[in-house]
Amino acid sequence: MSEPVTALGGVSSDARIAAIAEAPLQGMITLRADLSDSAVKKAAKAAAGADVPGPGTVHLGDESGLCWMSPDELLLLCPYAEVTETLERLQKALVKTHALAVNVSDARASFTVTGPRAREVMGKLCPVDFAPDRFAPGMFRRTRMAQVPAAIWMSADETFRIVCFRSQAQYVFDLLTVAAQPGSEVFSDGKTPALA
Amino acid sequence: MLILTCPVCGVTAEETEFHGGGEAHLTRHGPGSSDDEFQSYLFMRENPRGVHFERWRHVYGCGKWFHAARCTTTLEVFGTYPAQTTEPPKDLRKTISQKRPGWTWRDLT
Repeated sequence: MSEPVTALGGVSSDARIAAIAEAPLQGMITLRADLSDSAVKKAAKAAAGADVPGPGTVHLGDESGLCWMSPDELLLLCPYAEVTETLERLQKALVKTHALAVNVSDARASFTVTGPRAREVMGKLCPVDFAPDRFAPGMFRRTRMAQVPAAIWMSADETFRIVCFRSQAQYVFDLLTVAAQPGSEVFSDGKTPALA
Repeated sequence: MLILTCPVCGVTAEETEFHGGGEAHLTRHGPGSSDDEFQSYLFMRENPRGVHFERWRHVYGCGKWFHAARCTTTLEVFGTYPAQTTEPPKDLRKTISQKRPGWTWRDLT
């Protein structure tokens, strides 16, 4: 029996302008299908316990949720231990629909960036406006983090969740720790203003 | 730097989140076409000073292709529109005419 581990063994770095930590194992299922199909909506809702989100948004429940990845792709979040069961249920519900559901939990690494200056840290790495009135909990964004793709949402007011490819986990962790080095604060009042 | 809006996911971002896909609205000449047609499909491209139409892909985002109309001298983006079309939409051409009177691109004006 193999023991599942996260990409970096749960590393964290606290003595910085924002706390960086690798998130614990997270169940993730990629669902590709026509998202306007009512059978797909129903199956996704039953599996995740959340309605299918609209473009650029995420619907989070207690332990599971749905993220809008593209017009034909959802990312289903669920507890790691329940992935196999959830996937089976999803596939059974979609047996008559043109759809693809795959367990990608072990292909990804995820991180949290927490603190009042988390927005500054993220703003240094992504071409995204992270002002509080432009990016808030409930929104979901796939973008570029320095040189690699990443998916970002906020699980609380000062907490970012980042999902990247597992092979790039060390790179992303290094990026975050450098962007959050002590003394690298961007705004003296700690408030990230909107770009335009 | 170009600021593009992906018409598929509605995200507005700068060009490093996208990837350029070359000239828009090419007609692919394949087997059965004349040598001239094939040669011009392969090698002949517009190189305008001013209004240009291009294909772009939202590579770090939703991953979808779309079209963009922009100015090659000022980098102004006139608009973006879906990939599933063979010519720029009329209202976009009207917008461009207001900003760049007398523009031409291939046989479009």
